Amino acid sequence: MKRLLAVAAALTMAASAAQADMKVGVLVGFTGPIESLTPNIAAAAELAMKEATDSGAFLGGKKVIPVRGDSTCVDAGAAQAAAERLVTSDKVAAIMGADCSGVTIAVANNVAVPNGVVMVSPSATSPAITTLKDKGLLFRTAPSDARQGEVLAQVVKGRGIKQIAVTYTNNDYGKGLADSFANAFKAVGGKIALAAAHEDGKADYAAEVGALAASGAEHLAVFGYVDKGGKGIIQASLDAGAFDKFILADGMVGESLIKAIGKALEGAAATAPGSDSPNAKKFQEAAKKAGVKGQDPFAAEAYDAAALIVLAAQAAGSMDRAAIQAKILAVANAPGEKIGPGELAKGLKLLAEGKAIDYQGATDVVLTDAGDASGSYKEYEVKDGKFATVRIH
Amino acid sequence: MDIDIVNAAVLLANFVVVPAIAYGSQLALGALGITLVYGILRFANFSHGDLMAFGTMAAILGTWQLQAWGIGLGLLPTALLALPVGIAAAVAAALAADRTVFRFYRVRRSAPMVLSIASVGVMFVLNGVVRVIVGPDDRSFSDGARYLINAREFKSVTGLSEGLSVRTSQVLTLALAVAAVAALFWFLQRTRAGKAMRAYSDNEDLALLSGVEPDRVVLLTWAIAASLAAIAGTLYGLDKSFQPFTYLQLLLPMFAAAIVGGIGQPMGAIAGGFLVAFSEIALTYPYKKFLRYVLPEDMQPDGLVQLLSTDYKLSVSFAILVVVLLWRPTGLFRGRVL
Repeated sequence: MKRLLAVAAALTMAASAAQADMKVGVLVGFTGPIESLTPNIAAAAELAMKEATDSGAFLGGKKVIPVRGDSTCVDAGAAQAAAERLVTSDKVAAIMGADCSGVTIAVANNVAVPNGVVMVSPSATSPAITTLKDKGLLFRTAPSDARQGEVLAQVVKGRGIKQIAVTYTNNDYGKGLADSFANAFKAVGGKIALAAAHEDGKADYAAEVGALAASGAEHLAVFGYVDKGGKGIIQASLDAGAFDKFILADGMVGESLIKAIGKALEGAAATAPGSDSPNAKKFQEAAKKAGVKGQDPFAAEAYDAAALIVLAAQAAGSMDRAAIQAKILAVANAPGEKIGPGELAKGLKLLAEGKAIDYQGATDVVLTDAGDASGSYKEYEVKDGKFATVRIH
Repeated sequence: MDIDIVNAAVLLANFVVVPAIAYGSQLALGALGITLVYGILRFANFSHGDLMAFGTMAAILGTWQLQAWGIGLGLLPTALLALPVGIAAAVAAALAADRTVFRFYRVRRSAPMVLSIASVGVMFVLNGVVRVIVGPDDRSFSDGARYLINAREFKSVTGLSEGLSVRTSQVLTLALAVAAVAALFWFLQRTRAGKAMRAYSDNEDLALLSGVEPDRVVLLTWAIAASLAAIAGTLYGLDKSFQPFTYLQLLLPMFAAAIVGGIGQPMGAIAGGFLVAFSEIALTYPYKKFLRYVLPEDMQPDGLVQLLSTDYKLSVSFAILVVVLLWRPTGLFRGRVL
């Protein structure tokens, strides 16, 4: 009888081990200031997971199952609770997320590092993340704002603007980007008339705009969020006739802004991570087929973030959290066969055969030792009610 | 030099005077409701801000329905047509709150503090209901012509380097506020019911002895306070934007306005509303550009000349409250002592 029980137990264990699929957390702000962007970000990440599952090649035919959590983008407490749930209750192998820089840092410090869980953020862009003491657990597929600040400075200078007022959302993302932009713009001979923070979630930004207008600048750079304070600042600027020429950063690039503001936004310049490489185009076609808006901000980055997790697990040959961490940089960078978007099946097979791969993905991923992407930026201009790509930086 | 003075005046009008008049009218309407409830029902009603949100929400839903039917007012916002819906909803909510919560304590003659704390509970419930019905996000419901005077057109017509912008919602706010206040004063001074309300406020027992029906006074008070709340809330939402929780943030400036003016004094609530609005905006406005126009060149400032950062806007209300309570607790118009 004892033996029978032991055999039965062994059998069920073996069966459950064979059946156990890999769960991956998708931790982005389904509510909060970028909630109009996040459904698409999550869908892009889940597209990569589905591709791996459908290939049948992932760890001998296992599935990759996304588990969603709400980072809220701004509420560190809520984000940590959601991450805690993913890690301890859902037992995810790794987390695709979080999205905004502040909550990403909070979740990394308080949940990911203590539990040894890898996080790959598609959109946390604060320069502070580069030097964060994350024990090598936090990666990101979006480039740091240290770089976006330089690109923005070039864009602003390229438009012949010598003096500009800056307003940023009062958090890690806004402050980091405003600082890096100010340094870069001063380095190319520009002048920051005033850099002032704004709080999200106010009904009225007339006072903030009054201060910015009093600085004497004619152009306003808005480093905020498309569904919150950033939109309010632009509306109040137009209402008071204070500014009608805007420079926007990645958090402001969204169709909902054009819908809310309308024609007055025409001519505004913006930057957001992205490229026009063959891989980017290939991803957009694949995304379109799956009903995902590949051109929207951070969709490509999210796809790559999820793909890296899946490929690292395959390279490690296990769903162990530490094993995944050890392989992320290896699959992301050379040497190895280049794997583009939509080629996860090929990548998984090569890894299963013990060969090396260099995942390129939708954003031509190259990760630095600190886990940062050294990606490219798109410069947009609002034309005929759309964010039209001007060039790639 | 002369043109500089005009420019300076236009600048100040655009960034301080016009916004403060609109904001002051909204605060005054809200403070009137608070002061009425305090004067007659004798407690500080903390649910007033969310009563505003509730009325505004109903007005927004009405506006959307009208827009869906293709009914509009042309240049004026459709919300004006939906305002009666908002008022009706706010009155219904206030009466329901009175029936279920406030009456219980009133009948027992509970201390005013107990009623005030109960109103905090009502506030949370109303806020939750609003968020469940319309969601926590920013809702836009303004339509019609946005500007009466557009800053850019103003510049090209007058040739000045400063623009003046006057929005339809700002003028509408002032007009509706004047009309509402005039109607309220007429009602309180001239009608039998209004006189009964004042008598009840003055001395409850004497009023009861002279045959004033208390239930009717309570009903009227809630109806008037809720109507004012719905009007103020809808105007605020039209002028700025509607988010359920911003009305909670209005509570402090509204109470400051009611107390500065002298709580229980309708005239004081109006004066207080404008005082708070002008202080908030004038103290946080940077005068750099203004001084550039009026001062000779060698005296022009380099800094922003801003007394308080805009982040501290709310603290202006706090400061006014503290100062008034310390030095003149009865307020400008000799109201009651809280």
